[in-house]
Amino acid sequence: MKIIDPHIHMVSRTTDDYQALAISGIYTITEPAFWAGYDRRTAEGFRDYFNHLTVFEPARAAKFGIRHYCWIALNPKESEDLNLAEEVLAVIPEYLDRPTVLGIGEIGLNKNSRNELKVLEKHIALAADRNQLVLVHTPHLEDKLKGTRLIMDVIRNEPRIDPSRVMIDHAEEHTIGVIKEKGFWVGLTLYPASKFSPAMAADMIEIFGSDRIWMNSAADWGVSDPLATLKAANEMRMRGHPETLIEKVFYENPKAFLSQSPKFRAQ
Amino acid sequence: MSAEDVLNTYFIDNRARALEIAAFLDRVDRAEDAEAGKNDFRYKALMRALKILVECTENRAQALQLNFSDLSTEPRESAMGLKGAYGAWEGASDEDH
Repeated sequence: MKIIDPHIHMVSRTTDDYQALAISGIYTITEPAFWAGYDRRTAEGFRDYFNHLTVFEPARAAKFGIRHYCWIALNPKESEDLNLAEEVLAVIPEYLDRPTVLGIGEIGLNKNSRNELKVLEKHIALAADRNQLVLVHTPHLEDKLKGTRLIMDVIRNEPRIDPSRVMIDHAEEHTIGVIKEKGFWVGLTLYPASKFSPAMAADMIEIFGSDRIWMNSAADWGVSDPLATLKAANEMRMRGHPETLIEKVFYENPKAFLSQSPKFRAQ
Repeated sequence: MSAEDVLNTYFIDNRARALEIAAFLDRVDRAEDAEAGKNDFRYKALMRALKILVECTENRAQALQLNFSDLSTEPRESAMGLKGAYGAWEGASDEDH
């Protein structure tokens, strides 16, 4: 089967992982801009990163027949310094017209602070000004519920943003329902310990249905698995779910959301 | 899946998880500062979670997520120096959950 992994951080993965994705049927991926594990000190540092995402990674992926798309943003973990954030926000528009950039992301909140909210509002305004798709990072663990509510309030306060063009990612049992109710897309992340196991992710499809939901590995430099989507698909297959449903969750749904960008072509 | 299928497929994994929790609690007990550990907000959140597992009759996963969540509504004044999460809310009380 073919799978799209719509959220994976290949900048922190090896070339062997590209090979593993390709031989496993994952031919299309999208990579949101994220935290490097340390705070970058200058806007030029972000420019280097955005060039990496838009030039180096698509070329590395192409060697394995994989289409690599990306999202550009200042991630919420680096939003506390408002002066630096302003400088980075001024750089971002230069990258939005590049051929593999699908939109603004991943933006959102980390510790739900006032400065993080200000930077989120500016990203949302930029997305509205440039008619961009939006990929949202929701906070981790105890901060997720509050952060998800605050994020949805900010987006809903911008009338030019259509919720059907916003993916709210890293949703969990206590946030999926309210995200869907408000018309946004829902992302489920498959992590060995801190997010969904394949079994728990399959539970979510059984409880909340398969409309406007995607799953991703969000594989990065932490404990994560670039083939996690395949394992979740296999879990659904093992439970007896039809292939059409599995294909919807792992291929057709991400294709439908991402195809709202005219640049996106799935393979 | 039938309930028997669910048990056949997932029982051993979850038996192991129950033993992991038991061993974790025993480990805290053996620590020199066990009482301090038991007063930690994370330990208390886990003990509330175990009670929820016993008393809750539906939507247990969602109930556990709420148990571990920050239920306040106002934004934090600053995130300076903060990056990670603890997994439980330090401000929680038994009445909140």
